Amino acid sequence: METVLDSPAAERRTDREVVIRGRGLTVGFGDKLILEDLDIDVYRGEILGVVGGSGTGKSVLMRTIIGLNARRAGTVEVFGQDLDAASPAERNRIGRRWGVLFQQGALFSSLTVAQNVGVPMREHLKLTPALVDELSRLKIELVGLPPDAADKYPSELSGGMIKRASLARALALDPDIVFLDEPTAGLDPIGAADFDTLIESLRDTLGLTVFMVTHDLDSLLEVTDRIAVLGNKRVLVDGTFAELKTVDHPWVDAYFNGTRAERLKIE
Amino acid sequence: MAETTLDQTAPSADAQTPIDVQSERAGLRVRLSGEWSVETAADLEDRLDAETAQAPSGPVVIDGSGLEKFDTAGAWLVERTRRRLTESGAAVELAGFSEGQRSLIAAVEKTQRTAPPEPAPVNPVIQFLSLVGRGAALVLADLRAVTTMLGEFLVAFSGTLMWKRRMRWPAFVNHIDRAGFQAVPIIALMSFLIGMIIAQQGAFYFRSFGAELFVVDLVAVLVCREIGVLLTAIMVAGRSGSAFTAEIGSMKMREEIDALTVLGVSPVDVLVVPRILALVISLPILALVADLAALAGAWVVVLFYIGIPTDTFLLRIKEALDVSYVLVGIVKAPFMAMVIGFMACVEGMKVKGSAESLGEHTTASVVKAIFMVVVMDGMFAMFFAALGI
Ligand SMILES: Nc1ncnc2c1ncn2[C@@H]1O[C@H](COP(=O)(O)OP(=O)(O)OP(=O)(O)O)[C@@H](O)[C@H]1O
Ligand SMILES: [Mg+2]
Repeated sequence: METVLDSPAAERRTDREVVIRGRGLTVGFGDKLILEDLDIDVYRGEILGVVGGSGTGKSVLMRTIIGLNARRAGTVEVFGQDLDAASPAERNRIGRRWGVLFQQGALFSSLTVAQNVGVPMREHLKLTPALVDELSRLKIELVGLPPDAADKYPSELSGGMIKRASLARALALDPDIVFLDEPTAGLDPIGAADFDTLIESLRDTLGLTVFMVTHDLDSLLEVTDRIAVLGNKRVLVDGTFAELKTVDHPWVDAYFNGTRAERLKIE
Repeated sequence: MAETTLDQTAPSADAQTPIDVQSERAGLRVRLSGEWSVETAADLEDRLDAETAQAPSGPVVIDGSGLEKFDTAGAWLVERTRRRLTESGAAVELAGFSEGQRSLIAAVEKTQRTAPPEPAPVNPVIQFLSLVGRGAALVLADLRAVTTMLGEFLVAFSGTLMWKRRMRWPAFVNHIDRAGFQAVPIIALMSFLIGMIIAQQGAFYFRSFGAELFVVDLVAVLVCREIGVLLTAIMVAGRSGSAFTAEIGSMKMREEIDALTVLGVSPVDVLVVPRILALVISLPILALVADLAALAGAWVVVLFYIGIPTDTFLLRIKEALDVSYVLVGIVKAPFMAMVIGFMACVEGMKVKGSAESLGEHTTASVVKAIFMVVVMDGMFAMFFAALGI
């Protein structure tokens, strides 16, 4: 089995604040291991792109960090706190500091979009109903949905609108970290570019840290500060887009120097 | 500028107060400090509204220089106040915000320019009338859906009989297993207990005029003609009818039914026919199981509670029970199975996008099926009475 490649980003790793630190993560279903002894760091304020072939475990990694999948081994530290050691109250507090956009949207089907966005606020805070409604509509417009989408039900939305609505819900509590699972899959190129700009401007204004699983080469090039490549059950290599173009690994090379990647202008 | 003079007077002593309002000539200076985030918004909302309730005649300066944490909720509170004051004629100016905070306010500023639509006023009379009308329309739509499904089922079924359409045997066997075979233990147990209860209750009353032996007649006739099949149908409606609705409904929700149609596969062939046929085959057998289990329950009570020996019990059964009685019960079962199956499939197909609608239709499927089964049982009773069976 191949070992982890030398990462171009390795020398920059030293002095930045780590908000998520995963060590030795091992996850499997049945007798099949999906992730094995995987290490990952996410730094404050960065947009980390996670790529890898279909079925390499990107969604599984994200769910493991959030604590939705059981780990066989390893630790996850968020804001310097070990999730296993945290009390339920602490976990709850950490949970309020991150927002998640699931691959399928996962909006509550019996609530309108505005109610969906309001759920975390109603559950965790004692805001007046009017303020919850205003803040929900604010978030809905912030993510680029038309105002009248607020009173629609998820089944009445298009695929791209579902993505945006669930981003609005992920941002409801102004989290410090957002996890995005293929946020631009299924969006038209203009919509996807808007989404990228949106993520970037949210990062700049809110100081977000973004963990983004994506296959969208444009997004990877435009908004990510760093890209981690998943393969062989671990993080093969990480670095910027330009750095990964020089990595000597068949999959990484095919991905970042393939015909699709070649068409992108790298300045 | 006013700003410099004010900075000297700005009290740094109570920096804890998140809002500090100073009169400034004819206007106001609202200084925000500390954390203005979604966490603190609940308190800040009231205080900010109270402090700036009356718009002054002069300009209002909102000063963000003391802010530590500021997010979209904080930005919205500022923006909302600014809008309210501007509307009542005051000139509002923002000062002291950092660049990031300004861009946040700028982002928030663009939203909610149009007020959300007010719900239309409701007239109670019209509301009531529309409720009645809607109810009537729903009943009609129901009738139509059931008839349509019946038609489609008959077309599909006769097609299968004439080998024009393929019967989905694996699905059929699977549903026989789940709806029929796996239901045997619970139905046997339930009927066993029902048999015991009827026998015990009967014995209690028949004892007073020394006719305990007729308990056997009571149980045999009652269970075989009515109770056995009725309770089995109710149990199957609750057990399998709900499962069918939920299965078909969740497939409907995830567009799987549409996918079948697009692939040129009839959902009725694949989903409805095997389920209904499986129920039609299973329910009579389950009813027979229920009859036997109830008699066994009665036997236990007769033997141990009343004290009648087994051979007398068997003799009495032979005397009391006619094969036609058992048939009267079993004959009803396929019809009840059809009703349960149709209700389940029709309701499943009516499921819309939400989880709530899935629950609603599953409930409706079971309630309607049980109701129809009971109504049907009554009609059969009248029919057999007219025939004199
Ligand atoms: N709950 C589960 N039970 C069993 N296997 C699972 C489960 N969830 C994921 N897997 C397996 O884990 C592997 C990784 O799945 P994952 O969803 O993380 O892929 P991915 O990298 O996100 O792919 P994609 O790019 O297609 O979304 C797959 O082989 C999948 O079959
Ligand atoms: Mg995935």
